[in-house]
Amino acid sequence: MDILQILSNTGSSLIAPATIGYALAALGLAMHFGFTGLLNMGMAAFMAIGAYGYAISILTFGFPWWGGMLVGVGGSLVFALILGIPTLRLRGDYLAIVTIAAAEVVRLLFLTTTFDKYTGSADGLSGYHESFRAFNPIPDGTYGFGPWEYNANGWWVRIFGITILALAAFILWAVMRSPWGRVIKGIREDEDAVRALGKNVFSYKLQSLMLGGVFGAMGGIIYALPASVNPGVYVTSLTFFVYTALLLGGAATIFGPIIGSVIFWGVQTLLSNLLPAMVNVGLLPFMTTTQSQTVRFILVGVALMLLVIYRPQGILGNKKELTFVK
Amino acid sequence: MNTADYRRTRRKNRRGVLVALIVALSAAFSLMAMPAMADEVNVDEYDNSIIGNVKLESVALEGVLLTISGGGYEVEVATDADGRWKVGVPDGDEFTVTLDENTLPEGIAVIDEVGDDDTPNVKEAMIGPSGSTVMNFFIGRGERNVTSFFDQFVERIVNGVNFGLMLGLAAIGISLVYGTTGLSNFAHAEMVTFGAVMALIVSVDLGWPVWIAIPLAVLLSAGFGWSLDAALWKPLRKKGVGIVQLMIVSIGLSLALRYTFQYFRGGGTEQLPGSDSPDIPLFGSVSLSQTNMISMVISIVVIVIFAWWLVKTKIGKATRAVSDNPSLAAASGIDVDQVVRVVWILAAAMAGLAGVLWAYFRPGIRWDMGAQILLLVFAAVTLGGLGTAFGALVGSIIVGVLVETSSLFIPSDLKYVGALGVLIIVLLFRPQGILGRKERIG
Repeated sequence: MDILQILSNTGSSLIAPATIGYALAALGLAMHFGFTGLLNMGMAAFMAIGAYGYAISILTFGFPWWGGMLVGVGGSLVFALILGIPTLRLRGDYLAIVTIAAAEVVRLLFLTTTFDKYTGSADGLSGYHESFRAFNPIPDGTYGFGPWEYNANGWWVRIFGITILALAAFILWAVMRSPWGRVIKGIREDEDAVRALGKNVFSYKLQSLMLGGVFGAMGGIIYALPASVNPGVYVTSLTFFVYTALLLGGAATIFGPIIGSVIFWGVQTLLSNLLPAMVNVGLLPFMTTTQSQTVRFILVGVALMLLVIYRPQGILGNKKELTFVK
Repeated sequence: MNTADYRRTRRKNRRGVLVALIVALSAAFSLMAMPAMADEVNVDEYDNSIIGNVKLESVALEGVLLTISGGGYEVEVATDADGRWKVGVPDGDEFTVTLDENTLPEGIAVIDEVGDDDTPNVKEAMIGPSGSTVMNFFIGRGERNVTSFFDQFVERIVNGVNFGLMLGLAAIGISLVYGTTGLSNFAHAEMVTFGAVMALIVSVDLGWPVWIAIPLAVLLSAGFGWSLDAALWKPLRKKGVGIVQLMIVSIGLSLALRYTFQYFRGGGTEQLPGSDSPDIPLFGSVSLSQTNMISMVISIVVIVIFAWWLVKTKIGKATRAVSDNPSLAAASGIDVDQVVRVVWILAAAMAGLAGVLWAYFRPGIRWDMGAQILLLVFAAVTLGGLGTAFGALVGSIIVGVLVETSSLFIPSDLKYVGALGVLIIVLLFRPQGILGRKERIG
């Protein structure tokens, strides 16, 4: 059992593009769920639209990388409008069911062979890196130390991702301390009271859905940036995993979603390396290596339950700030 | 939801008279006769191979395209002047051979010789220990789409009602739980899978007969529902946890249970005994397999008994009262805890039965089979009106028929999209659902 390798992989996962992508999506959910109280269970669709918008506009229409990102983000804004207008009047659990259904519709549309020419159906999309890598200001070579040793392209994706993440966190922090943010929190606490003050609750919710959706789309783009767009990623479980990361850190906080995502991926990577290694050296005689890869997903489910029951405010959250709509 | 493995049984009308069968020459013989003439692809690169011969009434068809894929490997081959083809394939035991019907001459199609295959031009090839396998298709004169639109439509509706009744068993449970406790239970999908997995364990692993295995699976499901309520939901209710929190707990439970099934049963698909029962023609071109008929009868009987229970018995009436207004029901002397316990037991039992029926309908048992229909069940419940048991039934049948018939008009891998799209549209105009009441949407 190579402890050093396991720790190195775990350390590397802390700033992996997937972690950054989750953190961005979790920030989006913090906007939706933590601050506005919208139970959006369709975050996977925002991520898929971001990633597919980026990849399709580059591969099919020959856009440059920034054009692809604008298309992905624009797509998520349109989706937020289409999703929000019929559903935002619904109560919490209704909204959850409808958003999860909408996300599944989006996934099936990307998966179907009907649009294979554009979406690659079950194979997904890849080979859209050229334009983004051409903009890489870092000279060729390998940089870094210990677990964090990547080549120029690896660093370019990570630095870009972390910059976007910092920007998103700053925007979220700035809007939540503005008067707009106070109305948003008011909607979470008591929608009717805010309505009685003459605010257009529906419009505020829609704006929140759009802003969080943009974060989600950027998360999807960063997630897909280093490798490929794979339709198997954007399943409903993705939304649940992002929720786990969000609730772990604290739903109504700025840094909670980021810390939650880092812990989520750190623990996931640690377990996915450690458990099979333990099986191989005979420490877990009752399971096979395949089974040991399943255990960590069981643990995600259990962790989600325990978090919601015993620490709904997460690691960073304030118990006084109500994070769950009644 | 993977629509590819969601196969329905359907019989093709063989009206376009089947005049010829492909000559089933043994592979070895045909190769010995003319080894160099077959169009060969990758034969030198790999040891294993798949070979075949495309003929119509012993006339060879040239230039027919076939695609062989499996395990990430994909290759295309065209038949030669003698209708032969041969491809080398890498190690691996299962490949899919697809014959491109568009490359067949006009008026010619691949005929479905068994009668229950939607796509007779797609076949699974198993590579045996010899490293070579023969894959031939039945080619005959006939329209490629051999069933008339009306017959297809009727057949789909019959299948849709069957599917809808099965969904209904699951949907009534979700609806009852929602009505009495306010919980949108995402783990209901795993209660569906639980029933199927228990039936599998009893009938296949223990080797008991199916007629014992299925009732036992339903009983075990009921016990599962009771223990979930006793160990998890009741303490959480007592703690006063909010409904949104409860919903997220159910999502966590759903993930944990789903991967627990995968942990113990692996990622593959397993079959219950009797899943390959013969088709029985009903009228026109409509036919149902024996298991589908039995499953329909079981669904109807269970739903009728349930309806009688809900409307006529004391505890059924109490259930409806709690659904309506729990505090008022408690104040008028109804033991709400007992009602909720009964509801969990019933919901789990019906979900378990739905799981067994879904296992026959798909067909096959997989660790995530319940999750595949969870959204359809939610769509059905929401369509009918959350919290109304009969609304859930109506919604289920609508969703079932919609899913089955929509693939006549849209690609079959988008058939769930139709149902989920309708859900969203209905919510636009009647958010409380068909049988729901306005105050429920809040």
